[in-house]
Amino acid sequence: MRSKVRLLALIVILAFVLYPLLWMVGTSLKSPEEIASNIGLIPRSWTPGNFAAGWSKFDIAFGRFFLNSAMVAGLTVVGNTISCLLAAYALGRLRFRLRGMWFAIMIGTLLLPGHVLIIPQYILFRTLGWVGGDWPYLPLLVPHFLATEAFFVFLMVQFMRGIPRELDEAAVIDGASPYSVFRHVILPLSRPALVTTAIFSFIWTWNDFFRQLVYLSDLKDYTAPVALTLFIDSTSESSVGPMFAMSLLSLVPVFLFFVAFQRLLVEGINTSGLKG
Amino acid sequence: MPVRPTAPRPPVPAAPRRGRAARRRREDLAGYIFLSPWLLGLLGITAIPMLISLYLSFTDYSPLISVTEANWVGLDNYRRMFTADPSYWHAVRVTVTFALIAVPLKLASALGVALLLNKALRGIALFRGLFYLPSLLGGSVALAIVWRSMFNREGAFNSLLSLFGVAGKPWVNDPTWALPTLMLLAIWQFGAPMVIFLAGLKQVPTELYEAASVDGAGAWRQFRHITLPMLSPVIFFNLVLETIHGFQGFTSAFVLSGGTGGPVDSTLMYTLDLYIKGFVELDMGYASAMAWVFLVVVGLITVVLFSTGRFWVHYSDSAEK
Repeated sequence: MRSKVRLLALIVILAFVLYPLLWMVGTSLKSPEEIASNIGLIPRSWTPGNFAAGWSKFDIAFGRFFLNSAMVAGLTVVGNTISCLLAAYALGRLRFRLRGMWFAIMIGTLLLPGHVLIIPQYILFRTLGWVGGDWPYLPLLVPHFLATEAFFVFLMVQFMRGIPRELDEAAVIDGASPYSVFRHVILPLSRPALVTTAIFSFIWTWNDFFRQLVYLSDLKDYTAPVALTLFIDSTSESSVGPMFAMSLLSLVPVFLFFVAFQRLLVEGINTSGLKG
Repeated sequence: MPVRPTAPRPPVPAAPRRGRAARRRREDLAGYIFLSPWLLGLLGITAIPMLISLYLSFTDYSPLISVTEANWVGLDNYRRMFTADPSYWHAVRVTVTFALIAVPLKLASALGVALLLNKALRGIALFRGLFYLPSLLGGSVALAIVWRSMFNREGAFNSLLSLFGVAGKPWVNDPTWALPTLMLLAIWQFGAPMVIFLAGLKQVPTELYEAASVDGAGAWRQFRHITLPMLSPVIFFNLVLETIHGFQGFTSAFVLSGGTGGPVDSTLMYTLDLYIKGFVELDMGYASAMAWVFLVVVGLITVVLFSTGRFWVHYSDSAEK
């Protein structure tokens, strides 16, 4: 009896939690007249034309924005996994002078709010000539190739602490240098941490907005989130359906990652407190 | 310093020691080689920009001039912020209200659902995954757009209310209700702390509950005297993370207000105000001063959280010592 009540409560809460998502799916398929009148989840008249209308709503097709987003997210994944793994190997595994101090500084940067640095970084990147121009993505990418996402360094250090030290020591006795220990022991055994980092890097970058808003000013360079904000400015009723269609499409990659890696994502936040 | 080319050495078996010293040097070198990208990032992307930002906060810098042309204005930016800029205080009030209300409600929802879920045996993985989904999607522009439409005058929420005969409001455009709408979007994403709570609940030894039942403790007393203390480290962890996270909410405030923080500054989160001052009004000296105050305040709040933590956070292993 009690477990039935509990299950019922869970289902009711879940219905509230999922309603906005289902409503988004339904609305993306409704006609303009229906969006205002029908709050139900299922459209009375199916209007898949919203997707075509949204896709070609602006001077540049929406596919371009998705490609830009995918490129930024993909390169960020590469940068984060490589640079954070290198830093984590040094901080978690090697013995060198001042290691303790650098580790403490890394922990300190975990809690540093990124917004504080946006203005001086903008000035710095502008001085270097990276802002604007033909390929304005350097300011979004370079920090990730320099292991500035301390969360991932921390995640990997934690992970490497679980790899038995005997493995390194045995390799060292056999004459292995720190580089070959990295290459033949740490790198293969760190695969799970690398996968977690890659997935979270992708989702965070795909959803990121603040920095992309600051650095991307030319329509052809826009990423999907920046392009979506263009819909907000046009408030005509006919654009609501297309706006929902493109919003829905932009969430599909994250949703697919969720379906494919659900277990890993949940474990990822458990081990390190990574936010979704 | 004078260099002594032949320093006197005590006669020791040379080979192993020289080997160890060489190995140390090699490890030092390897350590710094592996650390070099991070060090470069620390210096170039974090430390130096922080110092530039501190300097700029005492100037009238705007991106229309070069850094060297900026005029030194002393504490003017800080004085203006605290005494002559009403929107600044609006931003502070909005951000603090947001953190004080949305963060506890989000954590309470997370804990409540985690408790329900912890007892349910069947389908826990499915439920856990579905509750977690909003945390993955909720920070995006797309979801903020959906939220904005849902709480419009013609939005789904009002249509729902009208079914019960309740007159709706343009929630997003109402100065009283815009911020609660924003908070609801944050609370909706309770899945991430919930997953952490669930993991914490799994760690509580069941013998404690069995012993308490034998002693006649009811459900509430078990929760109050076993679950809460045993879970306090996890609650603390979530509190620190969500508070810092809550202070930095930007995307949803930007989208819900169309980039203005309106209506009447009611959703002007601190970071949104900082963006408007720095990148719309191009008053980057002033925005740098805002950034530094933000940094100091967030730092202070973290310190306060950690120092009050020892009064209520219970670590079972340290208690046994």
